[in-house]
Amino acid sequence: MDGFNHKDLLGMGQLSVTDIELILDTAESMKEISLRDIKKVPTLRGKSVINFFYEPSTRTRTSFELAAKRLSADTVSLSSSGSSLTKGETLLDTARNLQAMHPDLIVLRHSSSGAPHLLASEINAGIINAGDGTNEHPTQALLDLFTIREKKGKIQGLKIAIIGDIEHSRVARSNIIGLTKMGADVTVSGPPTMIPSKAESLGVRVINNPADAIKDKDVIMVLRIQLERQSKILFPTLREYSTYFGINKDILRNAKPDAIVMHPGPINRGVEMSSDVADSPFSVILDQVTNGVAVRMALMYLLIGGHKSDDIA
Amino acid sequence: MTILLKGGDLVDPLKGVIAKQDVIIEGQRILKILPFGVFSETGPQISIIDISGKLIIPGMIDMHVHLREPGQEYKETIATGSLAGVAGGFTALACMPNTDPVNDNVSVTEFILRQASKAGNLKVYPIASITKGRKGDTLTEFGDLKKAGAVGVSDDGSPVVNSEVMRRAIEYARYHNLTVISHCEDLSLSAEGVMHEGSISTKIGLRGIPSASEEIMVQREISLARLTGCPVHIAHVSTAESISAIRRAKEDGVPVTAETAPHYFTLDHTALIGYNTNFKMNPPLRTPEDVLAVKKGLSNDVIDVIATDHAPHSRLEKDLEFDKAAFGIIGLETALPLTLSLVREGVLTMQSAIKKLTHAPAAILGINSGILREGAIADLAVIDPGCEYTLKEGDILSKSKNSPFIGKTLIGKNTLTIVEGRIVWTGDSTRTCS
Repeated sequence: MDGFNHKDLLGMGQLSVTDIELILDTAESMKEISLRDIKKVPTLRGKSVINFFYEPSTRTRTSFELAAKRLSADTVSLSSSGSSLTKGETLLDTARNLQAMHPDLIVLRHSSSGAPHLLASEINAGIINAGDGTNEHPTQALLDLFTIREKKGKIQGLKIAIIGDIEHSRVARSNIIGLTKMGADVTVSGPPTMIPSKAESLGVRVINNPADAIKDKDVIMVLRIQLERQSKILFPTLREYSTYFGINKDILRNAKPDAIVMHPGPINRGVEMSSDVADSPFSVILDQVTNGVAVRMALMYLLIGGHKSDDIA
Repeated sequence: MTILLKGGDLVDPLKGVIAKQDVIIEGQRILKILPFGVFSETGPQISIIDISGKLIIPGMIDMHVHLREPGQEYKETIATGSLAGVAGGFTALACMPNTDPVNDNVSVTEFILRQASKAGNLKVYPIASITKGRKGDTLTEFGDLKKAGAVGVSDDGSPVVNSEVMRRAIEYARYHNLTVISHCEDLSLSAEGVMHEGSISTKIGLRGIPSASEEIMVQREISLARLTGCPVHIAHVSTAESISAIRRAKEDGVPVTAETAPHYFTLDHTALIGYNTNFKMNPPLRTPEDVLAVKKGLSNDVIDVIATDHAPHSRLEKDLEFDKAAFGIIGLETALPLTLSLVREGVLTMQSAIKKLTHAPAAILGINSGILREGAIADLAVIDPGCEYTLKEGDILSKSKNSPFIGKTLIGKNTLTIVEGRIVWTGDSTRTCS
């Protein structure tokens, strides 16, 4: 493939604007495949993809697995509870063992920031970062970019608010890098306890109050409050969080009338987002999920399918 | 046996560089220091070593190392750590008590000294723990530990949280002439952090350790030293605000001293991009502004000492996900060239640089060493300040190889180490100058 010279996708930082446009353009043709009766093309026949999920995930893992299968790759899924990691094997040793079986691609979800970088430095197979700790979740950002472009026709010049736990969110970090790179104007919002140190150094504006942050925005991206992860000192109670930082219909009136609302899922209804927003016409949350498969197909194709001339259609 | 070191320049930490001085060593002691050529005796009993173009310095003293023995001999032993020390130009090391078992009693202190004497490389001065098991509750037996050979006390990376315990520790330590060394960290604030909290931790998604976690504790130790009039030594200072606080305290006459480590004036947090665990240490690499403040603190003597915080870890602790990897890097074999780079930059004079590696730590630990005088014990090193070479992993003598400087070009090398008149290091063939 001309123009996509990457062995791995570790983060949005490594992609150029041209790379991102190529992925999104490729995803458009991939999306059509998922709408067919026979949702399968032979593009990656004979390729092996290992989905290595060291952290629980339903949506992302299913999305990657379907993406690989629709391209005819052979897929294996591993989770940490079913792997040697629970027997004390290190990540690198597990990876070296997987490498010995010659996969073409390893999709890694891991609780440690930088884990895919560690793997990529040791392993010949391509690595896709499917979420590493609090660092990045680049395929989520790509599917978000795809969805925004699909709904708004462009990304450049759009005003976008990201609301929630910015500091601990890999979705926020990847989106900030991707959106600013594509020329969007990004504001982050949430309680001060959830805004990272020197947030402005990421090229964003910080407005803590979500009602103010949303004002005149084209896109409202709401992050999941991670009930399982956040300690009691980032905010006192879920009730208080939803009162002061939750997104509901009232607050949404500040946004542009044609604004779209996004969420990486799974939603805590009534916490970071009220049901009347989640189920409203503003919401593109399920489109994001649909597009996730297409974007991941595109990425796998660009990473490991590029050396053949076979037609993806 | 007499040794004549001929033709070198001598660095006196108190007087400066004195050109062309010959040093004559007889037995354990320096017999004479004479201008070049004055001593012209020859004979089979005199071993003449030509060191022209090189510098003679007092043996370096590292007041902050982890030798890992007893308990973690797979990372380092007293034998391997002390060999790395003499290779680096050190003639004395003060080792921290975070061994297993903890050095909180006379038998561990005596064991360390026995292993050091068996290794026969250099002098090892044990630092005992302040509290039993480094748990922060009950003082160890300072009197007995001192008598057994400990020179200081520290709870190292598990700093004493209870301020009353710390207050009593520094009062009681002074009575026994033990130096209290404080690793300043508010553990509740550093929590799960793995690197400096700032723009880079935000960029790469790692949990941050705010500068305040160090500074709060530095402020407390200063307050306790002010309250009691008893000295406290602050270990591995890394932030600009810590240095300001220490400067103000010193101006007020509070008995506080401080050290930093070479990585804090050589590297900053941007090195963490890429998640290389050989850049993970505690305190973490800070911002470029902090690096400048450390240099300034060294040049105006707010920071008295350069110590390495030599912290060997095997691949088992380092070839891991970044947040799971151990904190710490080795430093004995790179301290000299990294410090000499400050001389080349004009941050320190040669005299001041060598003082911070020799006389200053000796004074703080109460060791009669760190200076070259006729009649003194002959602990010294001969260094080649212009020798340029690339650090190779295979050349590292420490049992662990966790150095961020592997593959880097270093300038300045130790070529000869003498401990109590005995030649313990004569350089090696692999580390040749380019």
